[in-house]
Amino acid sequence: MRVNLRVWRQAGPDAPGGFETYQAEEVSEEMSFLEMLDMVNEELVVSGGLPITFDHDCREGICGSCGLMINGQAHGPQLGTATCQLHMRTFSDGDTIVIEPWRSSGFPVIQDLAVNRSAFDQIIEAGGFISVATGSAPDANLTLVPKVAADAAMDAAACIGCGACVAACPNGAAQLFTGAKITHLNLLPQGQAERWKRTEQMVDVMDEFFGSCSNMGECTTACPKGIPLEVIAELNRDYVKAQFINRKLTAQD
Amino acid sequence: MGMLRGAIVAGDNVTQIRPKAPSDESTAVSFLLSFYRSQVGRKWIMALSGVAIVGFVFFHMLGNLHLYEPAGPDGVARIDEYAEGLRAIGEPIIPRSGLLWVARIGLLAAFLVHIHAGYSLWWKSRKTRPVRYDADRTWVTASFASRNMVITGTIVLLFIIYHLAHLTWGTVHDDFIPGEVRHNVITGLDNPIVAGWYIVANLALGLHVLHGIWSMFQSLGSTSPRLAAIRTGLATGITALIVLGNLSFPLLVLTGVVS
Ligand code: HEM
Ligand code: FES
Repeated sequence: MRVNLRVWRQAGPDAPGGFETYQAEEVSEEMSFLEMLDMVNEELVVSGGLPITFDHDCREGICGSCGLMINGQAHGPQLGTATCQLHMRTFSDGDTIVIEPWRSSGFPVIQDLAVNRSAFDQIIEAGGFISVATGSAPDANLTLVPKVAADAAMDAAACIGCGACVAACPNGAAQLFTGAKITHLNLLPQGQAERWKRTEQMVDVMDEFFGSCSNMGECTTACPKGIPLEVIAELNRDYVKAQFINRKLTAQD
Repeated sequence: MGMLRGAIVAGDNVTQIRPKAPSDESTAVSFLLSFYRSQVGRKWIMALSGVAIVGFVFFHMLGNLHLYEPAGPDGVARIDEYAEGLRAIGEPIIPRSGLLWVARIGLLAAFLVHIHAGYSLWWKSRKTRPVRYDADRTWVTASFASRNMVITGTIVLLFIIYHLAHLTWGTVHDDFIPGEVRHNVITGLDNPIVAGWYIVANLALGLHVLHGIWSMFQSLGSTSPRLAAIRTGLATGITALIVLGNLSFPLLVLTGVVS
C-alpha cells in the first residue's frame, strides 16, 4: 500500500517548525508504524535529506520512549497500545497520515517529533521513590500486602511514562501520569513513610509544567497501559489530605 | 508546598531533611492562599463552590414551581407569597431580608471563587499548549459537555447578569412591578427572543452541570466504587430535573399555557 505523510519537521528546540509531505510507497500491512518511518528515513538519507527524528527504543510497548500524535490521536487510532505496537494494517491505501510531536510546553520539541520529557523525571525525583534501609535483602514475606492493594498498585505501576496522557489531554494536564505514580506508591505499605510529602511534592512539580485536569478522560483512552481515571481521584484525595493530616500522629510524613 | 519541596533538593542543608508538619510554619491565611495557588487545591475549591451553586440552582428551580400553584382565596399569586416569605424568614428576630442577604453574600462568594478558579485554570492549561495540533482531534472519551465548560460557563455567567437585571432589578424589563413575581415572569417571558435566550442559557447550564456534577466526585477525591457506580446516573438525574424545571417556565409562558 501507499500512504501520504504530513510530518512536523523542526531543526532544533528554538528553530521554527513546519509540515513536510512525504509519500511512503510499497508499505506492507505487516510493518509497524515505526518501521514505515524507518523506511521513509532510509530513502531520505539516500536522497541526501535529513531523516525524521523520533524517539523509540524497545519497540514492544514497554519502555515508553516512543510517542507520536497520529491523525490527532496519541499513539494513533488503536487503543491500548504504544506507537511502536501500531501496525500499518490499521490504515488503508491512499490514506493521508498527519504526524505531530506531543504538544505541551512541559515537553519542548528537541527535533522533529522528539520531545524532551524530563519534566516527568523531575516529578519522579520529587517523590516517586521510597526510602529503604540498606543491608541484607529483607525476607520476601515480611511485609504483608493485601491482594486488592497489590493488584491496584500493580495496575498503576504499569505506567511507562510515555506522555500520551499529557499529549491527548485538551488541557495538557499530567494528572494521569502523576496519579499513577502516587497511587502506585501510596497504596503499598512500603510507600507509607513518605506518603503525604511525596504527594505534595510531586503535585507541586507537576503544577509547574502542566495544565489543570478537567476530568475529561481522554488520557485514559490514549494510555497504552489503560491506567484508570481513578488514580486522579486518588491523587486529589491524598493531596488534600496531605494538607490537613497531622503527620506526627500518623507516623507518616 | 513550595517551601516543603526544598527539603529534598540535593545539596540542601541536612537539617531540612527532618520531618516537619506543614502547619508549624503557615498561618491560616497563608495556608489558604498556597492551597488555592496549587491547581489541585483550586480545583477542590472549585468543586465545593460548584456543589453550593448546584444546590442553589436546584432549590431556585423548585421555588419557581410555585408559579404553577393556583392563587389562594385572597387572590395573591402563590409565587408572590413565596417570594415575600423568603424575605420574612425569622422576622421579627432577624431583620427583614436578613437571612436572604446572608444567603446572597454566600452565593456571591461561591460564584466569584468558582468563576475565578474556572477561568484561571482554563487559562493556565491553555498556556501549556502554545502550539496546537494541526490534525482534527478524534475525541473518544472527552464528552462535548466536558470540552466546553468555559463556553457553557460563560453563557451562564452572561445569563445570570441578564437574569438579575430582568427579574430582580427589572432594569431590562418593560413592565416590571416590584413584588409581583408572577406578573413579572409572565410579562417578561412572553417575548420569544427573551424566552429563547432563557432556553439557550438553560441548555448551556445543563451541559455545564452534567459534566460538573460528574467531575466533582473526581475533584473531591472520591475513590469509592459504590459512588462511582451511581455517579453518571446522579449527574444525569439532577441535570434533567434542573433543566426540565427551568425550561418549563419560558416554554409554558410562551405557549400561553400559563398566563
Ligand atoms: C457563572 C458562570 C460560571 C462559569 C464562568 C463557570 C466556569 C466553570 C468552568 C470553566 C468549569 C470547568 C473547570 C475545569 O474544567 O477544570 C466549571 C466547573 C464546574 N461548574 Fe461552573 N461556571 C459557572 C457557573 C456554574 C453554575 C451556575 C453551576 C451550577 C449550577 C456550576 C457548577 C459547576 C461544577 C459542579 C463544576 C465542576 C467542578 C469540578 O470539576 O470538580 N458552575 N465551571
Ligand atoms: S518503543 Fe518502547 S514503548 Fe514504544
